[in-house]
Amino acid sequence: MSDSPVDPGDVRHVAELARVDLDDDEVEEFTEQFADILTYFEALDEVPEVDAEPELVNVMRSDEVREGLSQEAALQNAPETEDGFFKGPSVS
Amino acid sequence: MSDEHNIFVTEERIDGDDDGPLAGKTIAIKDNMSTEGVRTTCGSSMLADYVPPYNATVVDRVLEAGATIVGKVNMDEFAMGGTTETSAFGATDNPAAPGHVPGGSSGGSAAAVAAGDADFALGSDTGGSVRNPAAFCGVVGIKPTYGLVSRYGIVAYANSLEQVGPLAPTVAEAALLLDVIAGSDPNDATTNDGGDGSNYAAAANGDVEDLTVGVITDLIEGADDDVVAAFQESIDDLESQGAEITEVSLDSLEHAVQAYYVIAMSEASSNLARFDGVRYGPDVDAAGNWNDTFAAVREEGFGPEVKRRILLGTYALSAGYHDKYYKKAQDARAWVKQDFDSAFEEVDVLASPTMPVTPPELGESLDDPLQLYLMDANTVPVNLANLPAISVPAGDVDGLPVGLQLIGPKFGEETIIRAASAAEQ
Repeated sequence: MSDSPVDPGDVRHVAELARVDLDDDEVEEFTEQFADILTYFEALDEVPEVDAEPELVNVMRSDEVREGLSQEAALQNAPETEDGFFKGPSVS
Repeated sequence: MSDEHNIFVTEERIDGDDDGPLAGKTIAIKDNMSTEGVRTTCGSSMLADYVPPYNATVVDRVLEAGATIVGKVNMDEFAMGGTTETSAFGATDNPAAPGHVPGGSSGGSAAAVAAGDADFALGSDTGGSVRNPAAFCGVVGIKPTYGLVSRYGIVAYANSLEQVGPLAPTVAEAALLLDVIAGSDPNDATTNDGGDGSNYAAAANGDVEDLTVGVITDLIEGADDDVVAAFQESIDDLESQGAEITEVSLDSLEHAVQAYYVIAMSEASSNLARFDGVRYGPDVDAAGNWNDTFAAVREEGFGPEVKRRILLGTYALSAGYHDKYYKKAQDARAWVKQDFDSAFEEVDVLASPTMPVTPPELGESLDDPLQLYLMDANTVPVNLANLPAISVPAGDVDGLPVGLQLIGPKFGEETIIRAASAAEQ
């Protein structure tokens, strides 16, 4: 096993998880670059555990009907629609 | 208007109200902010034809203040970059230093102000994307306290870090634009009331008597010598006007760039999952099931830097790596916040060069992503700590602009505006 934290198989695996096709040149380039970048990220190991309070809080409002986009406006940028719905690729 | 610097992605005029604090003024809008009926590309082929059905809150606010929008301006694709060279619409030239990058990711915004194509501009700053181009183009840019300005209608990159910020030729004008856009918004639950009823413009009075400025030594060490020399002249000038200068060291900053990129990439990998070609995006003729189609759309629609960040973010969040990268990055973020809080018990503002280097030549730096990430060393700590900061021109090195960064405590906008207005005189 090499010292590099990442090999071409890893790059193909995360690309599949992220749903991004890559050609062979991209896999090769990313493998090399990711090795540099992830090696640099390794220094985070030296960071101590730090307790922190979250600054953001949930903001609630009553669940009432409000004005929203029309169906037409919501669909206006879709490459494909059918009967007022988005049309996506087949699931199986 | 001819666009010799390739500043505009879309030149289109949107008239604002007849009166208001920005009446008669023009403004350029970064192309990741939704404009109703005017395409908003985010610098990406993925959104090349996307026309928003509504305005971002900040767009409504500048129009209600009387400004006239002159167009949507260039940016790094999905705000991922520091040079505006990752845009799918080509690089933008730096009007203040032709042949060099304008910085990024809000490079078109800073260039529009520097070229005089607009009186004002809006940018967004996730890790320095307002301050970096302000410094490189010799204009003023402000990154507000997290939550001061609404992000409703901004195409999301890394929600926990990003803020919309103003760019203008002077500190007083940038402060005026901040007054216009600041304030809580029911459509963005992360906004707070820190900017409600603000009068930041009045703070640009040049008075630095009794102000203590802490120079962050950790951010001087990595900067070029001639940049440090220009920075030091600005600091000496503040001292001669009555400010007290002291030195501060923050140990956590060594890990800020690592923490920033792990967090930003992780958030990006989640945010950009929405670009699947169903609701918007290119129409590819892919065979196979929905996974194959989505992957083909995303291969075609995203450029290399965006893919890099989505993949690295996916990696950092994947099983077995979450604790090693993402959790440690959150610890580092909390540590950076604590370090800043302690420093502000001793000083009123902190100072550093905005960028450790002068603007690179166009095409010079894009090959090595890690080197580009390291260029953000002085700007990302501010985003990690949710603090306000301003970049103000601090002279030049052989004609290449240098920026002075002044950082304030949470809601310390008035203090940094006051200090910056003294520094620009």
